[in-house]
Amino acid sequence: MTTSDASTGVLRRDRQEGWIGGVAAGIARRFGVDASLVRLAFVVATAAGGVGLAAYLLGWLVIPAGDSRPTRVRIRTGRAAVEVALGTAFLLLAVLLTFRALGIWFSDAIVWPLVLIAGGGALIWRQSMGEREPRPAPAERTPEEIVRTESRRAVLAISRTGLGIALVVAAGIVFLQATGALGAARDVLFAVIAAVVVLGVIFAPWIVRLVRSLTEERAARIRSQERAEVAAHLHDSVLQTLAMMQRRAGDPAEVAALARRQERELRAWLSDRPAPGKSGTLAGALEAAAADVEEQHGVPVEVVVVGDRDLDAAHEAVVAAAREAMTNAAKFGGGSPVDVYAESSDARTQVFVRDRGPGFDPDAVPADRRGVRESIVGRMERHGGRARVTSGTGHGTEVELVLERS
Amino acid sequence: MSEPRVLIVDDHQLFRAGVRAELEPLLEIAGEAGGVEDALDAIERENPDVVLLDVHMPDGGGVEVIRRAATLSEAPPCFLALSVSDAAEDVIAIIRAGARGYVTKSISGDELAEAVRRVHEGDAVFSPRLAGFVLDAFAGPAPQPETELDALTVREREVLQHIARGYMYKEIALRLDISPKTVEAHVSSVLRKLQLSSRHELTRWAAERGLDL
Repeated sequence: MTTSDASTGVLRRDRQEGWIGGVAAGIARRFGVDASLVRLAFVVATAAGGVGLAAYLLGWLVIPAGDSRPTRVRIRTGRAAVEVALGTAFLLLAVLLTFRALGIWFSDAIVWPLVLIAGGGALIWRQSMGEREPRPAPAERTPEEIVRTESRRAVLAISRTGLGIALVVAAGIVFLQATGALGAARDVLFAVIAAVVVLGVIFAPWIVRLVRSLTEERAARIRSQERAEVAAHLHDSVLQTLAMMQRRAGDPAEVAALARRQERELRAWLSDRPAPGKSGTLAGALEAAAADVEEQHGVPVEVVVVGDRDLDAAHEAVVAAAREAMTNAAKFGGGSPVDVYAESSDARTQVFVRDRGPGFDPDAVPADRRGVRESIVGRMERHGGRARVTSGTGHGTEVELVLERS
Repeated sequence: MSEPRVLIVDDHQLFRAGVRAELEPLLEIAGEAGGVEDALDAIERENPDVVLLDVHMPDGGGVEVIRRAATLSEAPPCFLALSVSDAAEDVIAIIRAGARGYVTKSISGDELAEAVRRVHEGDAVFSPRLAGFVLDAFAGPAPQPETELDALTVREREVLQHIARGYMYKEIALRLDISPKTVEAHVSSVLRKLQLSSRHELTRWAAERGLDL
């Protein structure tokens, strides 16, 4: 239970963090201490004459419930339900023991059944009234997997409810045993059990079949939804492009460009990456730049990225310089494919842009040629990096961009 | 060494015809097959030197062909995977099944013929993207530092980086001032690590394609 964020100033019961009414958690949040300490204080005060209990109940009545930190939502788990049940049972036990200590006598025939009923009842209520746990997005999983986890969850929920019921039943048995009425109750119980078994045998196959067909139907529905999504995507993208290509069949360059662009988009979609240009990572930005250059100059640009990272200002400069290098490679590389390789680690980021064109002598480039000097070398230096151009006649050209992390 | 005899395995008839037309002037074509069973029949009948293998086919795809070909004969042919897919799990799965190389279908005819010859001579063929995957997979610290299979040497890393940058083996040899044979030895060593290492990334990628290794 963290109290890292600033206390809010107003005292509110924190029902999401709390075990019972959220009183202790609320106080803990207000004063920035660990909720366990506050709870311990309540327990000690309860043991010492019942003051703690009275204070707790008073707090529950008086302190308004408030929302927990909006960013942190405590997921209701099975453990939370069990904690609530235990909390309720112990609280009640504390009350009864306190009364007994004050001289108001209870027989054990009442104390233990009441405690069991409280615990079991809290478990059942919590289970049936609690919110559904949030489900993971179905897109990442196959229908069979979804159905499997859902049914596992259902089994857990049933087992918790079952525990609650068992506690309550145990309470009844303990009470009957203690008051000596168990003998009579046993006959009734046998009759009930016999009836349940008979009905169970009659209806079991039907129930099993029903559950199974529901599960199958569910899986089929999820699958058909997925198929519809794929179909919709293919309509918007691939079929459109194919139609365009048929109409432009006379222009091979344009057909090739259309095919490349569609291939890029489809690959991004298949591998669940954001479409080029819609991503804030180095790989996404380089892919987008490559796609643009490819479209403008009709030269294939192949991008390989090892160790992706998020973009910051310096890396945006790296991408801009790389784009310039790709444009140069596409323009002067004699139509050869352009290879882009980026490797990013904690220590540094390196990008290589290479063509297999005729190459040139870097020393012979006139000083007023701004392309390389300004937008590649200058840009990298302004952002604390460096750029190097390696070229030789007949060996193609490679631009290396390096950005060391400070 | 005489030109290798090539078997083309792909479930797309159109694509087989295209590859055949490109390779026919350069290499000897042993035949074509359109599925796993056809491929195994053709391998037994024709005994090709190199099998160009599609990764995705009905009934198990290229991985299944490699696995069952190994049980058919003492000396199965070399396999070179040829696919439109560039997903890591496809690439790694077929390499771990035993393919000696992986090229994508956008490769030119000359480059493909060169890759076939290279595989036939016992070398490994890495596309820039495959080199990228390997660098990615071996990027983290080795899980079991005592086995050399789980980590790349500095030289191997350099060679892979150059492949990813688009350099040919000869160019890499020039740049690193080593012989082309040494470059090939490094690449073969990386291929061996790729096939035998128990690194988590590799086993996970392979497992995603249902390959129990």
